[in-house]
Amino acid sequence: MSSKVRVATMWFSGCSGCHMSFLDLDERLIEFAELAELVYSPIVDPKEIPDGIDVALIEGTVNTTEQLAQLREIREKARIVVAFGDCAITGNVPSMRNPRPRDEVLRTVYGGGEIPGLEDGAVPALLPRALPLQAYVRVDHYIPGCPPDADRIWKFIVTLIKEGKPRLEGEEIRFG
Amino acid sequence: MERVKRIPVTRIEGHGLITIKLGADGEVEEARFHVTEVRGFEHFCRGRTVWEMPGITARVCGICPVSHLLCSAKAGDAILAAKVPEAAHKLRRLMNLGQIIQSHALSFFHLSGADLFLGWDEDPRIRNVFGLMERYPELARDGIALRAFGQRVIELLGGRRIHPAWAVPGGVEYPLDEERREEIKEGLPGARRIIERTISLFEENLPRWREEIETFGDFPSLFMSLVAEDGTWEHYAGTIRFVDAEGKVIADRLDPARYFEFIAEAVEPWSFLKFPYYREYGYPEGIYRVGPLARLNTCERMGTPLADEVLSRFRSLSGGKAATSSFLYHYARLIEILGCIERIERLIDDPDLLSPRVRADAGVNELEGVGVHEAPRGTLFHHYRVDEDGMIQWANLIISTGHNNMAMNRTVQQIAARYLRGGDLSEGLLNRLEGGIRAYDPCLSCSVHAAGRMPLVVKLIGPDGTVIRERSLR
Ligand code: SF4
Repeated sequence: MSSKVRVATMWFSGCSGCHMSFLDLDERLIEFAELAELVYSPIVDPKEIPDGIDVALIEGTVNTTEQLAQLREIREKARIVVAFGDCAITGNVPSMRNPRPRDEVLRTVYGGGEIPGLEDGAVPALLPRALPLQAYVRVDHYIPGCPPDADRIWKFIVTLIKEGKPRLEGEEIRFG
Repeated sequence: MERVKRIPVTRIEGHGLITIKLGADGEVEEARFHVTEVRGFEHFCRGRTVWEMPGITARVCGICPVSHLLCSAKAGDAILAAKVPEAAHKLRRLMNLGQIIQSHALSFFHLSGADLFLGWDEDPRIRNVFGLMERYPELARDGIALRAFGQRVIELLGGRRIHPAWAVPGGVEYPLDEERREEIKEGLPGARRIIERTISLFEENLPRWREEIETFGDFPSLFMSLVAEDGTWEHYAGTIRFVDAEGKVIADRLDPARYFEFIAEAVEPWSFLKFPYYREYGYPEGIYRVGPLARLNTCERMGTPLADEVLSRFRSLSGGKAATSSFLYHYARLIEILGCIERIERLIDDPDLLSPRVRADAGVNELEGVGVHEAPRGTLFHHYRVDEDGMIQWANLIISTGHNNMAMNRTVQQIAARYLRGGDLSEGLLNRLEGGIRAYDPCLSCSVHAAGRMPLVVKLIGPDGTVIRERSLR
């Protein structure tokens, strides 16, 4: 690939640890900027998901109706969708709420009182369960880890860009 | 004419929504900052053991996992009611200092650097850390190196940068060794040079930011944080102090474990995030702020020489009263980074850091425990009730960013009132709204531990309640 690869990152229901681990690339962020352009991400300004994304790294489970819509949109617009971190792959911590009904979860959080945040639909509805990406869309690649460490992320990106296929192996495909 | 604007916000740690409602006269009637997701930690922690809680609650937030790790371990300490070895406290302090450095560096350089140094009207495609790398490569490299130093301290102590499973109820898993200690020491001079030059750069630019200082959340409020016994800046132990906008101490030596006696929480139907307030003053008069700005307002001194010098310059800006502009959170963050580096310098040769006695092994001796400490963004509380086997029956987390909920709302209102004219959502206004929120460095990941995520969207609402225009800031 000669021109820069167009990368997007998204954050659904996760702790942002996977994004922080991406920033742990440290000095390699400068090299990253030579290989790729971050066209959409919580750490850059553009507000609409652009067309023509080459690679989308998605952190977190799908927890709300809005996230689900965004997942479908980015699947349309991105050539390669990557489940970035354990939450996106297995559901991990956010899916721990699944065994109990959603309204019970909300009631506990708000001390049994009124459940706020629902006025004029300002707040998107919680889905009945928090599920990983592949419950809804096709996922092309996975980067396991909670979070995946920076070396793993770097190897994934470099092999994907330079060899056309990510090459993670051994320890690099361990969860946790 | 458009009456409701929705603005989503990026370059904050999470997602948020701002709505602005116009009155019949076209002026701002109401501006709000919403939080829009629930994750339900308080719920699904039930039935887990108190020993698992540090590892689970660290996953509330990848930006300040160490805060939850330590706070949860401290709540666990209270439940074991055993004497935690002094060495363990020192090691935990060291990790927290590393975390404050990395988290503040992230906020200042990676997230807000583009606002501060590229400006509000710059092309949105380059208003980010990569744009900063191009335009001011040295500054960007400094930011990367400083954050890396803080992350490395965490990694050298806990084995990994994010979510180290190291602090446990009763202490920590293992101490430092000579080699790792040397590595931390080697990084100190470089980190110190970076923060000194960044503080000079910030101070040189201060006159340029006069307007931001006046409009990015400049209003009287209370400030809350932990302070040490003698009133010195504190991040790990101590008691709670509130000061008012005049800088006067209005409550002191409050026992953090009894937080519910002085903090109450209001709920609004339009946000998942609760609104804590100082109980005695009621809602909304009891509005208070936490975090770097609050800690600098509540403490008497930083307690280290260089940071104290800068603190006195910081104080001269507000003529001895509390600093009331939230724009100054940025300045406060830099001063805290300097203070943390000096504290690491002071602590790093302590022989206790190598002591093998770092954990008190005990069973469940109390059925309730509160952990509290100062996270980068402010005071954090974990409160658990357990059964005889240490299984969590009930948990309450009061998150640093949540304390600032009212203040963030007021900031949005102030900026909108100043810059929104004729119902037009100009780029400059949107960027300033985002910048105003970013000054708090809100950790929406934490804030939605309970509720969910927080895209920042601006919605313009007409007098009849219809949405006139909506813009997503993310
Ligand atoms: S995989 Fe781990 S680090 Fe990543 S978002 Fe989920 S909890 Fe956070």
